[in-house]
Amino acid sequence: MIRLIYFELLKTFLKKRTYIGFAIILLIVPLIEVAMKLEGGRFLQATTRSLQQDFFFVGNLFNGWLVSYNMMNSLWVHIPLLVSFVAGDMLAGEATAGTYRLILIRPVSRTRILLSKYVTTVLYTLIFVFFLGALSIGMALPLLGRGDLVVFNRGILILPEADVAWRFIVAYGLAAWMMLTIASLSFFLSSFVENAIGPIVGTMGVLIVSLVVLTIPVELFESIRPYLFMYYTNVWQKVFMDPVPWTAIGNDALVLGGYSAAFLGATWFIFVRKDIVS
Amino acid sequence: MRFNHTYGPLSADVILQTTNLSKRYRKRWAVRNLNLEVHRGDVFGFLGPNGAGKSTTIRMLLSLIKPTAGDVHLFGRSLHTERNHALKSVGGIVEKPDFYLYLSAYRNLEIVGALNGGTSRERILEVLGLVGLGQRVSDTVKTYSHGMKQRLGIAQALLSDPELVVLDEPTNGLDPQGMKEIRDLIHHLSHDRKKTIFLSSHLLNEVELVANRMAIINKGELVTQGEVKKLLEEGEKYVLLLGKPKKKLLEVLGKQLYATHIREIDDGFEVAMPFDLVPKLNRAMVRNHVEVQAMIPRRSLEDFFLSITENESKA
Repeated sequence: MIRLIYFELLKTFLKKRTYIGFAIILLIVPLIEVAMKLEGGRFLQATTRSLQQDFFFVGNLFNGWLVSYNMMNSLWVHIPLLVSFVAGDMLAGEATAGTYRLILIRPVSRTRILLSKYVTTVLYTLIFVFFLGALSIGMALPLLGRGDLVVFNRGILILPEADVAWRFIVAYGLAAWMMLTIASLSFFLSSFVENAIGPIVGTMGVLIVSLVVLTIPVELFESIRPYLFMYYTNVWQKVFMDPVPWTAIGNDALVLGGYSAAFLGATWFIFVRKDIVS
Repeated sequence: MRFNHTYGPLSADVILQTTNLSKRYRKRWAVRNLNLEVHRGDVFGFLGPNGAGKSTTIRMLLSLIKPTAGDVHLFGRSLHTERNHALKSVGGIVEKPDFYLYLSAYRNLEIVGALNGGTSRERILEVLGLVGLGQRVSDTVKTYSHGMKQRLGIAQALLSDPELVVLDEPTNGLDPQGMKEIRDLIHHLSHDRKKTIFLSSHLLNEVELVANRMAIINKGELVTQGEVKKLLEEGEKYVLLLGKPKKKLLEVLGKQLYATHIREIDDGFEVAMPFDLVPKLNRAMVRNHVEVQAMIPRRSLEDFFLSITENESKA
């Protein structure tokens, strides 16, 4: 199994499309952070204008932590899109290239092949999310300085700097966990089709429809929300609450894990029965 | 012409056997009740017109497609219940060989080797050398010509040193020189390396040149199978006769009792007759002042194949 995973990783990381996401992050993160450095003061002022009549803000509130926190909002749509570039290609890419005919005639079960591909998807997703975290924080702190973190979430919460770093570590861990569910969805969609475009569009379609249902205040939608995995994807934001709602986080993480397992199980069900006809 | 087969216990020499193998797509049977037997050491030609079900059969033999009914036994093991064991001594190419184009030939074979349970560097280089790609092992496959990919396809099929090699139209798209190279390679594998070859092709002359046993499939059903020589004996024998004057030629032909089924074609006649009487016919023509331009015995596999598939189509 280790050997299969090794070669799956080799195939994935020797492919150019694997680096599209990394290249985009390498471009976007410095761009945003430099722009914030140049004009960010105005951004904080605009955000806190209504509060400035009643409060005095002291210290460096516009700092690397705040920008890194805002950068995490890309986890809603942008990062899933980039993750689906690779996760959606895992199975569909073999169909497109015709290489199913090369690998599925071997004396190794389809289950093992599928698992090696899923493990590769998981590793890619983890590396990708942690790369985003390392780059955004690693660049923002030297560039924008340190200080307390202001969180705007149903009100304003100022977290002391000493209490921030661990929250980012846990938040990125949970973000990676959440992203695995999205990667699993792409992986699942990838088992149906022979072109990676389908899983990418499919994944984005599911995310956009889910976000619409989650954000539009309609009573009918409210009853649907708990059944959408996207309902639980704000789990990483909960780490920036005070006190941290660990039970809620645990529950959300469990539900997301359940969805990932369900997507993997469904992929397995389809993949082991799939006729390779083209 | 149809051969009926009854199957008893698997003989030690039968290394591939299909039993009532069938595949249905919705209402259409792509393959129906196919019973094949390939013996150890055979070069087994698997013939059929386009759409006959050859590729579907090969996909079932290599477990890319699940049969609707029936089973495949490889080395006595059921593909249905013992898939991995059954495929251990089998290598193959299904349709055109596709690879990871952005990887080198060596890396591609490393991946195939890993799926076979591991292969040494020496073995990879050996098979690449065997198919004439020894000088290009590090080049990415996207720089390969079609013929080179085809040879790489054979290399991956041979990587695990399988006893049975399944080749699906291996000469497809190759130029005459490339076709000859593949034919020579098949000959080498069969005679020198003692491999059993299951060769599907629509190029009938190719099969005639290399196969000792064959099966013909049409519309998903077995038409016939057996030894190539015997099947050819069973086929009707024609002589293509060209000469002039045409009227006189026909008159002489009509007097030959052994010449049956005379059919006029553009430049002459097709005559069903025993081949050993061709000299006698020639003498009769000369005696009667017929200027014979050509007498061509037609007993090739192609005629046999065409006659059978034509009959099947009419039926």
